[in-house]
Amino acid sequence: MAARNATEKTLGESLRERGVSRRGFLKFCAATASMMALPPSMTSTIAAALEQARRPSVIWLSFQECTGCTESLTRSHAPTVEDLILDVISLDYHHTLQAAAGEAAELARVQAMKAHAGDYLVVVDGSLPGPDSNPGYSTVAGHSNYDMLMETVEHAAAVVAVGSCAAFGGLPHASPNPTGAVSVLDVVKHKPVVNVSGCPPIPMVITGVLAHYLIFGRLPELDAYHRPLAFFGQSIHDRCYRRPFYDKGLFAKSFDDEGARLGWCLYQLGCKGPSTYNACATMRWNDGTSWPVEAGHPCLGCAEPSFWDAGGFYQALSVPTSASGMTVLGAGAAGALVGGAVAALAKRRTKAEEARRQPVTVDELEQKL
Amino acid sequence: MSGSMEFLLWTKGPMFNVAIAIFAIGLLVRIAEIFVLGRERNYAEPRASEWLPGLRTVFTRTVADPGTFKRAPFNVVVGWVWHIGFLIALLLFVPHIKLIESLTGLSWPALPNPIISMVTAVTLVALIATLIHRMTHPVKRRISTIEDYLVWTVVFAVVLTGFLAFNRMINPYPLVLGMHILSAEIMLILLPFTKLTHIFTLFIARWYNGAAFGRKGVQS
Amino acid sequence: MSSLDEIPVVSGAGAPASRELPLNGALESVLHEVRHALARLVGTGETTKIDLKSMPFGPGDLDRLIAFLGKGEVQASIEALGPTRVQETATAGVWLVDYLNSEAQRLALHLEIAHVPEILRPQPQDLDDAIAVLDARLNRVGGDPPPTS
Ligand code: SF4
Ligand code: SF4
Repeated sequence: MAARNATEKTLGESLRERGVSRRGFLKFCAATASMMALPPSMTSTIAAALEQARRPSVIWLSFQECTGCTESLTRSHAPTVEDLILDVISLDYHHTLQAAAGEAAELARVQAMKAHAGDYLVVVDGSLPGPDSNPGYSTVAGHSNYDMLMETVEHAAAVVAVGSCAAFGGLPHASPNPTGAVSVLDVVKHKPVVNVSGCPPIPMVITGVLAHYLIFGRLPELDAYHRPLAFFGQSIHDRCYRRPFYDKGLFAKSFDDEGARLGWCLYQLGCKGPSTYNACATMRWNDGTSWPVEAGHPCLGCAEPSFWDAGGFYQALSVPTSASGMTVLGAGAAGALVGGAVAALAKRRTKAEEARRQPVTVDELEQKL
Repeated sequence: MSGSMEFLLWTKGPMFNVAIAIFAIGLLVRIAEIFVLGRERNYAEPRASEWLPGLRTVFTRTVADPGTFKRAPFNVVVGWVWHIGFLIALLLFVPHIKLIESLTGLSWPALPNPIISMVTAVTLVALIATLIHRMTHPVKRRISTIEDYLVWTVVFAVVLTGFLAFNRMINPYPLVLGMHILSAEIMLILLPFTKLTHIFTLFIARWYNGAAFGRKGVQS
Repeated sequence: MSSLDEIPVVSGAGAPASRELPLNGALESVLHEVRHALARLVGTGETTKIDLKSMPFGPGDLDRLIAFLGKGEVQASIEALGPTRVQETATAGVWLVDYLNSEAQRLALHLEIAHVPEILRPQPQDLDDAIAVLDARLNRVGGDPPPTS
């Protein structure tokens, strides 16, 4: 019952209860707007909505994952907006973070599902063995991931797939995909699914989506891959501060040449920024300190489906994923052989015809007629 | 799940392999055939070497003689413009060089991207001009076949999608990049079996011509 | 964070931030936005906030922008959910508002183009509450309640 009481309070109330003043609340809203990639002019709208918002119950399921996504979220700098948002949601089940273990933990999940049927959010990190593969590859408390997901999602308001594994299958899905890993969206067809991809996803994006749900009571606008447009609407390349170098044709050609030192574009070192949609070019990592391209490393494309099977990380985007010069040579040689054979045959036929040729004279022809 | 990224990876992976294999096999079949069939044996004694004139003609025929220019200035000028534009974009754009390097190990300096973009725009305009000319010129219209239009479409699609991709004019980017790669692959596949083969055979033909003139012998 | 701070950061151009630095595209567009916002403030009194954390800045760009804007006369600091520092820039009406948490980490950084930044002004509900609180205290002291208008 404790969980229920907590969710009945509005957010404004519970913040004020914690001694947050109105100016503090305004500041919280400004930070939330910044986190949600909304313009600062939205601050007052956010304030009005948050004042009335109720804490949503969240059930967090971890399947075939490395816990990097949870790390990304919890290791983000101490007391932050993210924390505040996390404090104001009611995280009722997260088997890495919760204190309860064993049956008590599972009980918490079932209770939360009952108490908030139709209202709770399910957050998933990690992919899961598909319905047709061996469920034994990944189980929690004796339940297969698939069964647990389907059961939990049944009465959920929406599902947030956190990280590229939950969103697209991720590393477990890498060829030859031994566990038959699938993404949440592959199996959850009857509930709204939001994909917060990234390996790991940017913590502010995870909380940003939760905050959006909290504030507006609905899920954010999504792109074709079900990713929230506010964060995934623009490519890394379009927001990259190295872009002027790309446009001028100034490229680093190795990791320690003159170009690398001068901060030129990393395209030739394999940057997948042009085809990758994520927010790290502006939101950055580690409390806004920096991000991979700023640190001199090309983007791996970690927020895109199949980035794990998309060819070499240090090969330019235009390089095909598998063909090699050898393939071309081989094909060419085969072609030359075939061509030679065809021509030789034609020649032989001509010769044979020539040998069989029986000249006819005009006289003979006239006789026949 | 099937979206723009899967499409891009398909064009960069399996489809690329198929296209490059068909291209290499097809082209070598054609060229080997031409060489193995060879020319008629020549019994007359050559009066000069055939190598130098052969080579010379490969180059001299590149420039239209004054007569041709007078008769069809449009063909010469516009033809030149778009062929050169196409070659510049193909051979001097960083991503293309990277692709060639990955297949052959050879690489060379590139031109800055904005120049490539400009050249591509000019090429597009020239290509449209050639199509209009083909469809309005009374003689050209009559001698044009389906194949001519097919070849034009494929070449135009390659240049257009490349331009759109570079300028990021279609969203999402993987979709337009995939379209560009796919149209280039279609071009590769069609190349050995259409007039596009001239990219390679024109040098052989010119060499034969020049060589024949050079040796000043008699040849049936 | 101190160990991170010890690593020297070498910015590509190597030039020190100065007010007359050549500005790159990102900085210039922010400054134009500020220019328009100032015109709106003068014309219609409309205030504008620009979120500097969402800009595609390169290393050193933010420092360059702040150096370019310069320091004005007013400085203020607010204690609510951690400190917030307000600094008027050398351009009147353009304020730098830096929202920090209790560990001095930045939550948001805004350029606010306004007569007075919103966070400095008392909140309307707080003003209502203030009257009530003051009334209550005056009553307790025993004076007549002031006429409510
Ligand atoms: S470093 Fe990467 S994202 Fe940045 S401009 Fe170059 S290719 Fe684009
Ligand atoms: S730079 Fe690219 S690979 Fe790195 S975190 Fe950002 S989106 Fe992922």
